Amino acid sequence: MGKQINVALIGNPNTGKTSVFNALTGLNQKVGNYPGITVEKKEGVCKLPRGVKAHIIDLPGTYSLNASSLDENVVIELLLNKNDKDFPDVAVVVSDVENLKRNLLLFTQIKDLEIPTILVINMADRMAYKGISLDIDVLEKELNTKIALVSTRKKTGIDDLKNLITNFRDLPTQPCLNAREIDPDYFTRLQSAFPNQLLYKLWLVITQDVNFGNVSRKEVDALDDFKTKSKSDLKRLQQKETIKRYQFINNTLKKGQTIDLAAAKDLRIKLDRILTHKVWGYVVFFMILLLMFQAIYDWSSIPMDFIDGLFASMSEWTKDHLPQGQFTNLIAEGIIPGLGGIVIFIPQIAFLFLFISILEETGYMSRVVFLMDRIMRRFGLSGKSVVPLISGTACAIPAVMATRNIESWKERLITILVTPFTTCSARLPVYLIIISLVIPKGRFLGLGYQAMTLMLLYLIGFGAAIGAAYILNKVLKIKNRSFFVVEMPNYKLPLFKNVALTVIEKTKSFVFGAGKIILAISIILWFLASYGPGDDFNNAEAIVTSQYSKENLDTETLQQHIASYKLEHSFIGLTGRAIEPLIQPLGYDWKIGIAIVSSFAAREVFVGTLATIYSVGSDEEDTIKNRMAGEVNPILGTPLFNFASGISLLLFYAFAMQCMSTLAVVKRETNSWKWPTLQLAAMSSFAYIVALIAFQVLK
Amino acid sequence: MQVTLAQLKRGQSAIITDVSSIHIPLKLLEMGCLPGNMVELVQVAPFSDPLYLNINGSHLAIRKETATHILIEITNG
Repeated sequence: MGKQINVALIGNPNTGKTSVFNALTGLNQKVGNYPGITVEKKEGVCKLPRGVKAHIIDLPGTYSLNASSLDENVVIELLLNKNDKDFPDVAVVVSDVENLKRNLLLFTQIKDLEIPTILVINMADRMAYKGISLDIDVLEKELNTKIALVSTRKKTGIDDLKNLITNFRDLPTQPCLNAREIDPDYFTRLQSAFPNQLLYKLWLVITQDVNFGNVSRKEVDALDDFKTKSKSDLKRLQQKETIKRYQFINNTLKKGQTIDLAAAKDLRIKLDRILTHKVWGYVVFFMILLLMFQAIYDWSSIPMDFIDGLFASMSEWTKDHLPQGQFTNLIAEGIIPGLGGIVIFIPQIAFLFLFISILEETGYMSRVVFLMDRIMRRFGLSGKSVVPLISGTACAIPAVMATRNIESWKERLITILVTPFTTCSARLPVYLIIISLVIPKGRFLGLGYQAMTLMLLYLIGFGAAIGAAYILNKVLKIKNRSFFVVEMPNYKLPLFKNVALTVIEKTKSFVFGAGKIILAISIILWFLASYGPGDDFNNAEAIVTSQYSKENLDTETLQQHIASYKLEHSFIGLTGRAIEPLIQPLGYDWKIGIAIVSSFAAREVFVGTLATIYSVGSDEEDTIKNRMAGEVNPILGTPLFNFASGISLLLFYAFAMQCMSTLAVVKRETNSWKWPTLQLAAMSSFAYIVALIAFQVLK
Repeated sequence: MQVTLAQLKRGQSAIITDVSSIHIPLKLLEMGCLPGNMVELVQVAPFSDPLYLNINGSHLAIRKETATHILIEITNG
């Protein structure tokens, strides 16, 4: 087996780079993370002619090598590090035929690194529609490269690209721009200080503050006779560089591209007239949101009920068919319900990402960002915060990562801090069971009280996020220059393959990422609830049997009494007892206390914990519900789950920060423990106070 | 008097004359916002901010604040 060719796919956002990646690799792809950071690393394998294989990396989309975000940094770090095992033998720059001029800027930069480079001109099917004609031979000569004219939609040109990759050794490596032209004096001195290094690489080291090989920014600064320039001087030079590059590109395109504007048709103008309209724009956006929530909470209930039932019967089956013992109990009461708690979210997550990826693929998301920016800015957010806030209704973890393209640090930080207020899908099972217990079934104007309560909880979540943002905006003193540049891409029909792969990928990473934690917690919980210190726990059977000896109970009831006595004296029961004084003012007993404590690992554990605690053998929701309805408040003597304590509990879950995975992601994204700690303390104490007031007023 | 991009009206087009202010992000220049290029105001968001521009065939949106640092010469309208 010969060596694989390392190929790096590079390109502007919205050029169909991922479509090219999907066309080359098909299902032979995997998504991971770059070491130490949460930037997605997509790689795959492609079979080339003559039995050669290529290892393809889909690098994050970027407009240039002058990185302005963590994602973009990955590109430059790989391209400057010859020792990286992924360092490309050949770079494939993907461009969009309609935005060739802008896309070529990045191409000239890559070319100047003297890496063999192929230019893909994608969306070739749009050329006639837009009145564009290209002289490929001239372009290849001017740009000193090989070009593949590709249409991923019509599936043409991919084979040409594969051939070019196979023969990458024939590619010329001359640069497009001589860096010396930018400022002859400065660059000549730079070169003489580092005679063996490529000038453009040195320039990137200075402007981007990245290291390559053995040259670092510090080293350049340290040279006595060579002072790097001030920030504004550097910026002026970068401007000059950009202008030079565009001059080169304009000259090239003058020779190789003609656009017949009379033949060009534009759907964009007509659609934008409606979709960015000051009234219709919002109406359409609102309708799309409604449809999305309908899908997430209504359509997905069918598969969710099915999954729920499936796991319940799996537990049942395990208990019936495996030999009795602790190990079987661990599987039936710990692991299977734990797994069920993860799998049940798949339909919702899949629907959410289906919508988000369609909205992004079509180019509509940019219009939403455009429409919402001014409104969001009043609260210290950016138009780009809309995407995380919507994603947050599924899960805060991808939502926090989706804040990366927000240019202003302050706006980004605020978005990260408030996103966990949005009602994520983990809160849903908690809401559902409490609502069904404490909110009457009646209807008002055709709308059920229960449905309205749920709707209200979502609005409260968004309201809390916006309100918190408003306060943070006033409180946080961060020097901030608010940049905001968003590309408004052409409208496109989404490619089924792209959407499907995104949905599969995101769902998979949720299941394996969040899933691990949920599963671990369920197992730990089961152990804590199944074991306890001292005689009370170990002799539970004898104690309870003698206690009820006069009452002549049937075996089943007696067993339940034993189980709940055991639980009360298990490790988890003792913990619950210990925190009872703290939560009594909110209207909860120690059992709810345990559920809340275990919820700090992940909220969705709540229902499962109560199921375990109320010593219910099966996981059937109805049984849990009836059990919960029968519980009595030890002090007040009223039902434990009444209107007051129910509302208090709902509000507590709406506001409390009860998700370790989110805290971990926030720590990674903000690179400090300060912000997740603030989030945890502020949100949870706010939740406590609100829940306290609610119970004390309503009881 | 110097005219800035923020003063452009919907449907008008202009030539960019100066982008040397340090308040203009490099990213914007890289997307084609450079002296000599044509710019057209395609659409204005509610509350007249941000601005939806067509710069030399690139469609993008920027905030009004940034637009006040870009100098232009109006060619029609």
